[in-house]
Amino acid sequence: MLESKAAAPADLLVRGVHVLDPRSGIDAPHDVLVRGGEIAELGAPGSLEAPAGAETIEGEGRHLFPGFVDPHVHLRTPGQEHKEDIDSGTRAAAAGGYVAVVAMPNTDPVVDSAPVLRSLREAARREARVPVGFVAAITRGLAGESLTEMAELRDAGALGFTDDGKPVHRAGILRKALQYQKLAGGVLCLHEEDPTLSGRGVMHEGPVSARLGLAGIPSVSESTLIARDAALAGYEGGRIHIQHLSARESVEAVAAARAGGVQVTAEASPHHLTLTDEALLGRLDTRLKMNPPLRAEDDRRALVDGLRDGTIACIATDHAPHAREEKEVPFEEAPMGTTGLETAFAAVYTELVLGGVLPLALVVDRLSAGAALLDLPLPAIEVGRGANFCVVDLEAEWEVGEHGYESRSENCCFAGRTLRGRVLATVAAGGVAYRERSFAVVGA
Amino acid sequence: MRHLLSIEDLDRTAIERILDRAKSFTEVSEREIKKVPALRGRRVLNLFYEVSTRTRSSFELAAKALSADVVNFAAGGSSVEKGESLKDTVQTLSAYQPDLIVIRTPHVGAAHLVAGWTTAGVVNAGDGKHEHPTQALLDVYALRDRIGALDGASIWIVGDVLHSRVARSNIHAFIKLGANVTVCGPPTLIPRGMESLGCEVEYSLDRLGEADVVYALRMQHERMTDSFVPSLREYAARYQVDGRRLGARQVLMHPGPVNRGVELAAEVIDSPQAIIGQQVAAGVVVRMAVLYELLAGRGAPSGAATAPVPVHA
Repeated sequence: MLESKAAAPADLLVRGVHVLDPRSGIDAPHDVLVRGGEIAELGAPGSLEAPAGAETIEGEGRHLFPGFVDPHVHLRTPGQEHKEDIDSGTRAAAAGGYVAVVAMPNTDPVVDSAPVLRSLREAARREARVPVGFVAAITRGLAGESLTEMAELRDAGALGFTDDGKPVHRAGILRKALQYQKLAGGVLCLHEEDPTLSGRGVMHEGPVSARLGLAGIPSVSESTLIARDAALAGYEGGRIHIQHLSARESVEAVAAARAGGVQVTAEASPHHLTLTDEALLGRLDTRLKMNPPLRAEDDRRALVDGLRDGTIACIATDHAPHAREEKEVPFEEAPMGTTGLETAFAAVYTELVLGGVLPLALVVDRLSAGAALLDLPLPAIEVGRGANFCVVDLEAEWEVGEHGYESRSENCCFAGRTLRGRVLATVAAGGVAYRERSFAVVGA
Repeated sequence: MRHLLSIEDLDRTAIERILDRAKSFTEVSEREIKKVPALRGRRVLNLFYEVSTRTRSSFELAAKALSADVVNFAAGGSSVEKGESLKDTVQTLSAYQPDLIVIRTPHVGAAHLVAGWTTAGVVNAGDGKHEHPTQALLDVYALRDRIGALDGASIWIVGDVLHSRVARSNIHAFIKLGANVTVCGPPTLIPRGMESLGCEVEYSLDRLGEADVVYALRMQHERMTDSFVPSLREYAARYQVDGRRLGARQVLMHPGPVNRGVELAAEVIDSPQAIIGQQVAAGVVVRMAVLYELLAGRGAPSGAATAPVPVHA
């Protein structure tokens, strides 16, 4: 179900690196030997020798995590390759420590038929630096009127279904999708927003929007639709995943549904977990414009609590690249979205782990937990498993720049912020997918 | 001061300095030759993306009274209609070396953006529903003329606060000068969180009698289509300031243009309580003071401090 271009199977030794894999319970320095793209041995620091021809990565003082998995990115292919394509988007993913990403179908044309999906999977086999999976549209053309051929799309490799970017506004259509899920399988990923409440809103509704004179998107625009859809999923016994939670009311709606036995999971983005609408007061920066919008501090705290207690299963970036000229316009005119793949770990680590709010192990878990929601294997640091990990320097401090991204676009909401934690290397599907330019490799 | 982008950026001292200078310019307006050479050789560019009569013409009169050269650039009939972006338009016009750009747009924050794209000073003449700082300054000027210092005065701003940049700028200006501000209107037209600006919120005119000053906002007909109010009739019944509701000692203000019979009844528009005409008149001297502040006052580029002004490099 995941596609990437063939990479040479890695032969390498990461020496003395602190391995942290919350799911297998490893949290100590190790030598990690990769042979033929598989984790061949885990040993005490200094115990393993690099075989002939293998490169050695000096891991002392650095961490090795199971690679991150992002269930929500926009690779903009087909049709909007001026913003991003499969090559640039997966290079950005690799630079962020990701070993798999799942692309959304709101492209041009929309991924709503098997031929489009097949051609995309083929393109990924040619271009993708890390494995890419695809979710297909729930409704044809994302128009919300009629269902796609979900069964055929599943056979063609769709991991699940979503109309992301838009809600499935008509309850009757979503109900039919939930019924059809019994045949087709695949989770329904839902962008929750009542368009009659969001109106022409461009930011969170509250004191900041009142001050700026900008039309607001109320929190209840999201939470009311979550409540509706959770009720439908409960009634039909279907499985839904709520995308990019942003408000306290939404966390509460998901928690209530889960308590009531509904099969519902949820994700939150690094920006919603770390930033608030107050950031717009200093400068009306269009990079801070996304949907759902950055909300209030109380909402942000609720998201963090939800991530901690599992109401929110995973962190998803909603990586949404836009070209420079599209964002260099007045705030109300700018498209919604921020890039996120290259800053996700550092943003969450800096603001939440170093801020003393969440333990590192929990953050590492939530950065790959999205795999399970889409029935993908969870990366693990275990002998005999394919190598899917990233090596991270937690001490490295860096400023998120205006330029210099692997992504084709530069609309990153963290631009100008100083973050800690830098991904030095990423091994995905057994091959080296990323190596930081300044990163010294011994004996390569 | 290099730019005037919002009232929120100004402190009381800066506001009072501009108002005092405006006062000194009244003498120019009363001359037979209504001109002084203070800004001779300076270029002021009016860039208007929305229709405007009084704001644009009073900026033009103000610039001319100070002997600056003025170019009016309206979005209609220009390359904007051919799809030129705001950034490209501003950078193109900046090649003409303006000293000051006066900009009105329907977009919040556009004046701030423009300030980042040009070396000229920038005056915000209205950015969407955000701010209209020179309107607030001229309102405060006209009001001080009528009642003296604003300290402790109770000012009610009545009407469509949600869509009003005038309301936002005036709330900041009135509060900075010591007044107590109440906004009043239908709950659909008062933004959630408005009280965070430091004002009180009321939904009925029952306590309007407590106000020293009543500032009515323009009620636009297009608000009906979005169900903000069910009808102009119901709006007028609840929120129109008329002879019955306006007390003899209250002052009435309005930013214009007035919808007669909607937000204001005819009898109060022409009443002695109204200072609507004085507000318009204040527009020229206050905008002269703003232009002077930015181009010849404190913090202006050097070489501009005194008249006659040397040729601009």
